[in-house]
Amino acid sequence: MAKVNSEPAVIFDAVDKSFGASQVFRHLSLRLPKDQVTAIVGSSGSGKTTLLQMINGLEAADAGLIEVLGQAVPTQRLESFRRGIGYAVQGAGLFPHLTARQNVTLVAKLEGWSEARMEDRFASLLNTVGLPADVAERLPRQLSGGQQQRLGICRALMLQPPILLLDEPFSAVDPITRLGLYESFEQTRQTHPSTTVLVTHDLREARRLADFFVILDQGKVVQSGLPQDVLEHPATPYAERLIESQLS
Amino acid sequence: MKTKVLFLWLCFMGGITGSALAAEKPQTVVVGSKNFGESYLLAEIAAQVLEAKGFPVIRQFGLGGTLICYEALRNGEIDLYPEYTGTLSQAVLNMPGNPGRAQINEALVPDGLELLEEYGFNNTYAIVVRETQGEELGLRRVGDLAGKDLTLAFSHEFLQRDDGWPGLALRYGLNQSVTGIEHGLAYQAIADSAIDVTDAYSTDGELQRYQLRVLDDDLGYFPEYRAATLVRRSARPILRDALAGMQNMLDENRIRALNAKVVVAGVDFAQVAAEFIRVNAVTLGLPEQTQSTIADSAKPWLQQTWVVELWGHFVRHLQLTGAALIGAIVIGLGLSLATYRSHRLAEGLVYVCGLMQTIPSLALLALMIPVFGIGFVPAIIALFLYSLLPIVRNAITALVNTDPTLVRVSLALGLSPWEQLRYLRLPLATPAIFAGIRTAAVISIGTATLAAFIGAGGLGEPIVVGLSLNDTDMILRGAVPAAILAVIVELFFGALERRVSPAK
Repeated sequence: MAKVNSEPAVIFDAVDKSFGASQVFRHLSLRLPKDQVTAIVGSSGSGKTTLLQMINGLEAADAGLIEVLGQAVPTQRLESFRRGIGYAVQGAGLFPHLTARQNVTLVAKLEGWSEARMEDRFASLLNTVGLPADVAERLPRQLSGGQQQRLGICRALMLQPPILLLDEPFSAVDPITRLGLYESFEQTRQTHPSTTVLVTHDLREARRLADFFVILDQGKVVQSGLPQDVLEHPATPYAERLIESQLS
Repeated sequence: MKTKVLFLWLCFMGGITGSALAAEKPQTVVVGSKNFGESYLLAEIAAQVLEAKGFPVIRQFGLGGTLICYEALRNGEIDLYPEYTGTLSQAVLNMPGNPGRAQINEALVPDGLELLEEYGFNNTYAIVVRETQGEELGLRRVGDLAGKDLTLAFSHEFLQRDDGWPGLALRYGLNQSVTGIEHGLAYQAIADSAIDVTDAYSTDGELQRYQLRVLDDDLGYFPEYRAATLVRRSARPILRDALAGMQNMLDENRIRALNAKVVVAGVDFAQVAAEFIRVNAVTLGLPEQTQSTIADSAKPWLQQTWVVELWGHFVRHLQLTGAALIGAIVIGLGLSLATYRSHRLAEGLVYVCGLMQTIPSLALLALMIPVFGIGFVPAIIALFLYSLLPIVRNAITALVNTDPTLVRVSLALGLSPWEQLRYLRLPLATPAIFAGIRTAAVISIGTATLAAFIGAGGLGEPIVVGLSLNDTDMILRGAVPAAILAVIVELFFGALERRVSPAK
């Protein structure tokens, strides 16, 4: 495991967030290390996904400050800000009417990339995640769940973003496919070591992929730190139960 | 010298006569009628009388009811149509009692209209039963219906009018429930015992044909419906003079005989009118030698083969629905795209379009006459309004309900609202949008038959005329092509939908 980088890429400072009457975060403060994989772990309803979506402005904070690479998340003109942040979700979320190639290269096309550059990048991404070239012209429904998920990650990486947000992208596939996806993900880390935030409820997955752990319980960070520290010394009964239930 | 003077004299006289003729030259007259047999017949008699007097005549027959005719006349879309005193006093002017022509004309002044001299017969409402059933149950008077277990079905107009069913039920203490039926179908229905009691007009030729018994209105509920020509007060003397001969031209027996010729013997109403004029030329103030040209004038109506006529209706029907549909697609989709992002606006739009759908077509057409007149344009606008709902509702529903995960992804990818529309919402909404257009097209083809109510033609015309004259062949001549057209359009859009739809 790599050592935790002292320089933060994402900073939450006293962030409040509510949906109607229910408060998700109150004075949430958190620092996520740069160029490393942070796993946000917690059970359903702990606020993991909301935390992730506040980083790219899909959800806005009610109060407090969120900084990404030294820049506060803007409230206006979010489009160009978001182009610097890759995003992949459970089930891949590929556009059903576009081919694999069109899905992955869409943002590059909107950014005005040349055909040749897009083609180069697309080919190398397919190679990295271990997809054969002949998936390029297929529609999502003609691909397996694992292939779709890999394409979802390719799309997130297309513009080589410095930040990558992953919302349980490995959870909707069978265990063998999942292992293949882990390998692909590790491959992409070799060539593209971006700051990655991985939301998952699976501690094994977090232990395998992440350099840094954040355990969320009902909107509160109950523990954060290096994986082995967290796993060996759970700070709260919740963290202990979480670890016991999944790893013992 | 003498011949020269005579020549000048003739020139002078010729000049005077010429200029006098120019001042009083018969101008084109648009003759309207409502959509029932007697109205066609009376309007055709007026038209042929005018033609015999040298007026060029345009026929706008089969307009959809009193309101449409009245509005069309008031707005100068037609110049005259046959109307009834009772209809004016009860349905239009809301006058109490049973006022005569003079009182009605007073009340017509604000609308700038005037009822000319009466034709001489009273075509009042009649409540009829089958002769056999009447005998069986001892039905003589309207009041005899009280408490009897009979199926009552009345024409839609009769059900709604102040002088129609509600008042009648009250006056005679009738408490049966009633249903509405198209007047043209009521006779067949009562003859087949599908219904037992209906409203008829006392001069209808069918009364004899179907062996119906008219129940006595012994309480004098129905006002008099004396027929006469309704014109604008500004009608020129030359026109009034030309129509003067129609005063007292017919009594009840004679009009019933003429009506029966049309609906029972199946003679074309134009021919019946020509025949009537030939026999009564002198009474109508026409010279003998004009008689043959009267018959000729009716010929264009008669001689067109029905195939040619059908083709014309078919093309007109396509024009009506095509223009309305294109308008509804352009405006409907434009409005949908403009509003889908605002929940409130989008919902308001769907609501307004839904509201259009609930306006009865005749009311909508009547409302538009002051602005758009009658004919092609208001028909297209009405069809356009009726086509909006399926297009707008489908488009908005599909655009708003795009898979939220995909919307979130598109936002996270940094797609602008326009890019999100272009690359996600619109392509995914396409099948639903096409389904909406397809529905609108089929509805529009069906509804376009209403165009006939305001003289815009189309396949509705044979249907409306056929219904008025109880001519099943003619109804089918409109209905069958309309149905075929609907199927063709359905298939066409289905094929188109499969071609443009992404990923199925």
